[in-house]
Amino acid sequence: MAAKRPNQLFRNMNAKVSAIPMIVTALFVFVGGTAWTIVYSFTKSGLLPRMKWVGLDQYERLWGTKKWLVSIENLAIYGFSMLVLVFVIGFILAALLDQKIRFENSIRTIILYPYAMSFVVTGLVWQWILNPEFGIQNIMQNAGWQGFTFNPLYNPDIAIFGVLIAGLWQGSGLVMVLMLAGLRGIDQEVWKAARVDGIPAWKTYIFIVIPMMRPVFITTLVLVVTGIVKVFDLIVAQTGGGPGIATEVPAKYVYDMMFRNNNLGQGFAASTMMLVTVALVVVPWAMLEFGGKKKNG
Amino acid sequence: MKLTNKLLAATAIVSASASIANATELEVMHWWTSGGEAAAVAEFAKAFDATGHTWVDAAIAGGENARAVMVSRITGGDPMGAFQFNHGRQAEELIEAGLLRDITEIAEAEGWLDLVNPPSLLEACTVDGRVYCAPVNIHSWQWLWVSHKAFADAGLDVPANWAEFAASADALEAAGKIPMAMGQEGWQQSGAFNVMMASLLPSDIFLSVYGDKDADVAAGAEVASVFAAADAARSMSANSTVQNWNDATNLVITGQAGGQIMGDWAQGEFAVAGSVAGEDYSCLPGLGTNPRLSTGGDAFYFPVLDDAEQSAAQAELAALLLKPDVQVSFNLAKGSLPVRGDIDLSAANDCMQKGLALLADGALLPDPTMLITPDTVNQINTLFTEFFADSSISAADAQAEFAEIIADAE
Repeated sequence: MAAKRPNQLFRNMNAKVSAIPMIVTALFVFVGGTAWTIVYSFTKSGLLPRMKWVGLDQYERLWGTKKWLVSIENLAIYGFSMLVLVFVIGFILAALLDQKIRFENSIRTIILYPYAMSFVVTGLVWQWILNPEFGIQNIMQNAGWQGFTFNPLYNPDIAIFGVLIAGLWQGSGLVMVLMLAGLRGIDQEVWKAARVDGIPAWKTYIFIVIPMMRPVFITTLVLVVTGIVKVFDLIVAQTGGGPGIATEVPAKYVYDMMFRNNNLGQGFAASTMMLVTVALVVVPWAMLEFGGKKKNG
Repeated sequence: MKLTNKLLAATAIVSASASIANATELEVMHWWTSGGEAAAVAEFAKAFDATGHTWVDAAIAGGENARAVMVSRITGGDPMGAFQFNHGRQAEELIEAGLLRDITEIAEAEGWLDLVNPPSLLEACTVDGRVYCAPVNIHSWQWLWVSHKAFADAGLDVPANWAEFAASADALEAAGKIPMAMGQEGWQQSGAFNVMMASLLPSDIFLSVYGDKDADVAAGAEVASVFAAADAARSMSANSTVQNWNDATNLVITGQAGGQIMGDWAQGEFAVAGSVAGEDYSCLPGLGTNPRLSTGGDAFYFPVLDDAEQSAAQAELAALLLKPDVQVSFNLAKGSLPVRGDIDLSAANDCMQKGLALLADGALLPDPTMLITPDTVNQINTLFTEFFADSSISAADAQAEFAEIIADAE
């Protein structure tokens, strides 16, 4: 290995040269921008960045603000439910589609279609569907169920689940398509062998097929989780953070602080906390996932 | 006579050629989008277009959204020709950063220092002795708008003050009315609270809370009585599910709601709907309890531009905004009071006359936005969004949180 090292540096020279712009962008825009944000989160920046050091004041205020705490709680509820449900729904839909049914293409298109819509459209559509005067509640009441009430967006305790419904509607299709691709990648011999051994189909899925689909699951996980952490437009379009502050999320807190309160320092502190949270989850996982591979491969 | 004619002709030629030579488009950003507001801003546009320049209207609905766009465009290096702001501390940092144009020369040439009444308006535009904005109107928050129809339907007399209004809530509700209309937006809810604070308490308490940021006063018994009133307002407005302030005003205009606490810009909506003050609706300054007004208002700021032609057009616009005839037509449409005391507003209706009288008497308070930063303003907005949406938050808890915000304010 040691003798080959100098070689390694100049191997694939063309590829390395052409990657330079990307590397520069990553270093200056992403890493540089992140470092800048973190540094300024310790300052008293208002409308414009100002190098006026205040130590941890912004963080103290952040963790003493109810709106931020509610945001974190909402993200946890939304994130956990979304993650579990989108995988369950997506996988079940994919497994059903995988039964060699008719019109698979049309059904797949219909279920994937919501993903082609922006979160703003999704938010507005579901705002109307869940509106008690125009949406589901009204239709059910007109159909005879007078006592039927379903207006999650107007009840602060469950409003976040109204947002969750819209998120699931939008996101399930993508998970389904990815899962379906994964299922198609499973060798038919595996299924034949399982059948010969008399293993029921559900057991084959859970104990054989799903473990074999690990790479697809990881790709999907990354897509879904990043979507969850940065959820913003859906909230803005559907509830505006209301009723009250019942559906606030961290990304919206950052936006509100930076552009409405004219308090950049506070916004930077909040976005730094978001980064720390994501890093706490992603770094150990990435080290396990990719660090391990290097040794094996 | 001949001389005057010659002069007129010369001026005409000069101005005509000037307008041909220097006609330019100026993008003006504002958040005046409701019926009355749009009619008012059209008066400015008409007057500006008459100078040969072109007013490019860039309206963004909702003050909060508009401010976010304006600030990011200016700080991002893509400034517009002029923009509307509420004067006060909102523009403080933009001025410090040198992004806004110093218009002191125009102010001096036009004699604003002697004209603008009350002088506090121009002071709010002034930083370190330099003028940075052109105040165009005086807006006051402290008005209770009452629908005569709603009270007649409920078989009640029209109330003359807040106490009578609050006492009639049950009867209004029994008659199928919403006792109080309120848009579900933070600035409206905290605005109503500030109105109660200014109207139900002596001025010195208002000033020690917002002026001196005295948290002990904010946590004290007097302010507690205002929170009790806000609690009453919360239950009175429980069925008011509209968002926009003008939709809430419309509930009052059509008699579906008893009344609304809203600034004098609501006047424009009543005017557009053809309602007559004193017959269809009443306006009670200082909630009828304590007639006094805060003198906030709108002002135009001018970002620093590189283009010489555009800068010249900016100067022309700035001077124009305070011309007597423009002030009259604009303020009549907007329902606000003019910034100069020397013009004839006999065309103004009942409500505006009441406001003018208070202005003349000097029964005035500064607007909270002049005393506290946008950061604090929005913290208070969030508090009241929460308070009005969730009836499980007690008045005492909300007051404790309010006192904390005031303690942290600067």
